[in-house]
Amino acid sequence: MKAMKTFAVAALIASVAVPALAEQRTLVFNTDASDPAPKAAFEQLVADFEAAYPEIDVVVNTFDHEGYKTAIRNFLTADSPDLANWYAGNRMRPFVEVGQFIDVSDVWAENGLYESLGSALSSMTIDGKQWGVPYTYYQWGIYYNKDAYAKAGVDAASIKTWDDFISACEKFQAAGIDCLTTGSKALWPIAGIFDYLDLRTNGYDFHMQLTSGDIAWTDDRVKAVFAEWAKVLPYTTANHAAIDWQDAVSNIVQGSAANYVIGNFAVAAFKDGGLTNDNLGFMQFPEITPGLARAEEAPTDTIHIPAGAKNVEDAKLFLAFLASSEVQTKMNGTLGQLPINSGSSVGDDPYLAAGFEMLSTADGGIAQFFDRDAPAEMAKAGMEGFQEFMVKPERLDDILERLEKVRVRVYQ
Amino acid sequence: MFPRPIQSMSPASKVAYKIALPVMLVLWLLPLLGVAMTSIRPSGDLAAGNYFGIPSRLAFDNYLTVFRNTDLERYLLNSFKVTIPTVIGAVGLSCLTGFALAIYKFKSNLILFFIFVAGNFVPSQILMVPVRDLTVSMGMYNTTMGLALFHIAFQTGFCTLFMRNFIKALPFELVEAARVEGVSEWQIFRHVVMPLMRPAIAALSVLVFTFIWNDFFWAMVLTTGAATQPITAGLNSLNGQWIAAWHLVSAGSILAALPPVLMFFLMQRHFIAGLTLGAVK
Amino acid sequence: MSASTDSLNSRRRPRAFAPWLFLAPGMAMFLFYVIIPIFQSLWVSFYDWDGLSDAKWIGIANYLELLDDDAFYTSLKNNIIWLVLYMLSVPAGLMIALFLNQTVRGIRIYKSLFFFPFVISQVVVGLIFSWFYAPGFGLLYKLIELVTGQGVAILADENLVTYGIIAAGLWPQIAYCMILYLTGLNAVASDQIEAARLDGAKGWRMLWYVVIPQLRPATFIAIVVTVIGALRSFDLVSIMTSGGPFGSSRVLSYFMYEQALSEYGYRMGYGAAIAVVLFAIMIIFISGFIWKMWRDEKGVR
Repeated sequence: MKAMKTFAVAALIASVAVPALAEQRTLVFNTDASDPAPKAAFEQLVADFEAAYPEIDVVVNTFDHEGYKTAIRNFLTADSPDLANWYAGNRMRPFVEVGQFIDVSDVWAENGLYESLGSALSSMTIDGKQWGVPYTYYQWGIYYNKDAYAKAGVDAASIKTWDDFISACEKFQAAGIDCLTTGSKALWPIAGIFDYLDLRTNGYDFHMQLTSGDIAWTDDRVKAVFAEWAKVLPYTTANHAAIDWQDAVSNIVQGSAANYVIGNFAVAAFKDGGLTNDNLGFMQFPEITPGLARAEEAPTDTIHIPAGAKNVEDAKLFLAFLASSEVQTKMNGTLGQLPINSGSSVGDDPYLAAGFEMLSTADGGIAQFFDRDAPAEMAKAGMEGFQEFMVKPERLDDILERLEKVRVRVYQ
Repeated sequence: MFPRPIQSMSPASKVAYKIALPVMLVLWLLPLLGVAMTSIRPSGDLAAGNYFGIPSRLAFDNYLTVFRNTDLERYLLNSFKVTIPTVIGAVGLSCLTGFALAIYKFKSNLILFFIFVAGNFVPSQILMVPVRDLTVSMGMYNTTMGLALFHIAFQTGFCTLFMRNFIKALPFELVEAARVEGVSEWQIFRHVVMPLMRPAIAALSVLVFTFIWNDFFWAMVLTTGAATQPITAGLNSLNGQWIAAWHLVSAGSILAALPPVLMFFLMQRHFIAGLTLGAVK
Repeated sequence: MSASTDSLNSRRRPRAFAPWLFLAPGMAMFLFYVIIPIFQSLWVSFYDWDGLSDAKWIGIANYLELLDDDAFYTSLKNNIIWLVLYMLSVPAGLMIALFLNQTVRGIRIYKSLFFFPFVISQVVVGLIFSWFYAPGFGLLYKLIELVTGQGVAILADENLVTYGIIAAGLWPQIAYCMILYLTGLNAVASDQIEAARLDGAKGWRMLWYVVIPQLRPATFIAIVVTVIGALRSFDLVSIMTSGGPFGSSRVLSYFMYEQALSEYGYRMGYGAAIAVVLFAIMIIFISGFIWKMWRDEKGVR
């Protein structure tokens, strides 16, 4: 065992001391692209990269999307790849702070990314440096089944405010349709509902303060968010805690539910289920506090170079390749999402066009997502609280007390 | 014999018993049968709400789909790469330890024996953080060997208990006779005791195979990704991808369960002997 | 005389040394992977450590926090429910064993098939039962719907979820107990049964006063493996609910993993503290078991 340890240490030293041996032109890329569309997009990206750099062989390890979030902590410390998928904003902060991602500001500077990826610069910057390259983002909003609207006799265009939405819900209920569906088994889908209610009730700055730990969970403004949420609970799919987001997609597809607060990545699943551009609708989340600057939710996905990468030079080549406008255009065409590069063109997909329009006119700000803006522990406790609230709204005060306790500890 | 043999009862009870047997069995295996049925149901049936009726056709191609679209092969292979070395390692080591603890009388014998026994019952969680670090520092994190090494060590506890009790039940005179002949201790182990241990080795191998094949916790702790993860962890991540695709989840589950089930049916006698002999002495 | 003592000594000396040679490899592995880590975990539980940056000594702060953590009490409560309900597998296993303890054609196949659930992985058992309970199309969900008109999403109901998972766990555990009893029943002395029968004992009385006392070794092992199975309930919770809904199906073993290695927590120290508590509970049972074995060993001598 000792010999093995010595050997391992020796191997480690060797790999650090001699960064890129000539024959070592291999890039190990760990990705969470397990769903069909991302998988296809990444396969294509890697194939194109290998065509452009025939001397580099990219080894892709695909992880299950949910499992990846756990796995990354393990492989970063123990068995590091050269490239890894992750997310922008606070979600990358823990890794940056302990030096698990390397500074790639040079890639930004050399390739003019400050210009072309400017819209995502702030969410990629910590301590004035850039720690990865963003390649896609996508809007969240309300996706709905137009047939269900027709059946219940509701005109989607008439929904402007949250109160409009709630009165529409009554009509859906009368028609035997769940007004709002979601699957909270994996918790995160309902964080989107919370975020939007919060952004519409209190605005972008409040969202950022809350996720940065500057506001108590027992604050009245937080309670106001839950008061709005309580209005829609009677019209929400009852078994949401038992199902995953894909199951909730089926509810929309089958018309047993009308609306779904979800990210644009779900469009592929809706269409797989049989919906088309004719009966799948998209609208921005309705207004709550009148006159509030409109903020939207659009998480950014990124690729980073771990500190333990063995082939940093080629990894930087890969990031530069990924940042280019043509690559982002092509990739996002497959992903069905929005490119970050300002020189890229957005696909002619109606949902993307609507999302792009919505995001580029959002004057309040663009939030990443609750579990990307808040630190992991707070995010987990928060989302569990949201789920409990949805099932047992009467426990709100206890839940907020508990979250406050977590906040005090996490941000100490 | 208890209860009273059915043969000595009234013809009516005999018939009742013969009917009750299959009925009970079906009830007992109902969840499993449901999954087996689902695994050969075409996805169209599920979409159309035909969950329990007669499948519109027998979609054995679900099994092909599972192989074609996922890393299932890899996961199964990894499982073998973890399980087989563990069986060899743990059974081999415990032949030695079991022999030492059963044959020799020395002061700390019983204490050592009970340390092995107690260690075997320790919750995995108390070992998790240090074992993960140890594996990382040996450069064996995320390798099938790293996982197998831990399993070998941990299973040695149970296997030692088993082997020691088995050898203890062998006639000690054989060892004494050999010693009088001047046979060396190693030769005694190798040529006197080992041949008699064959049933124990067989039983233990089957048991350890099943335990390790079915391990999930350590696979999650010590491996990540399809390159190294065994089928249990693989199934967990495939389950994350196959949401709402129960025909695939079912087919994958059945494939994952197959090796230990085959092992069980082929080696049934050894398996049951192992479960009961090692523990109940 | 002196010559024979000499030769005896020379033969005894290697013999005093021999057991250690046989023990060395197994002991070394066991020491490094099992014994030392127990103490290391104890040590880590006094630190604040995220596995990435440097560990910080914080004394018993992790344990104090545990005392004020609702999730800990939920887990502890669920562990107790697991322990109590898991014990059902002992009598249930005995009942099935009695039912199958006949010599009719094909009984061996029946016995094997009844034992089946124990052979398959808990991951598969968890998936099977998830499907069984799935709202909308699960077999059990549909059955309940058929009977009461309203399906119940067992895994989404905080009051039912733990029982739902335990039911899944009981399935293989009952099979395990059954096989232990089937073997035990083979060893029951038939002359005593016959004698009792002549005395007019039958049914429950026979079972309670004559058969069960003879099955004591099997019962003992059944209880041991059941307790250990109940406290090791990680796999099913992880597969079926990940501790949800809102953490209501957590058990200590899963809670520990969640805190130490999962997506949203990387608190090695806090996790270790939970593991220490779990270990402390387990120690009670382990010592009881060891104490009984010790007594038996002494009895043999």
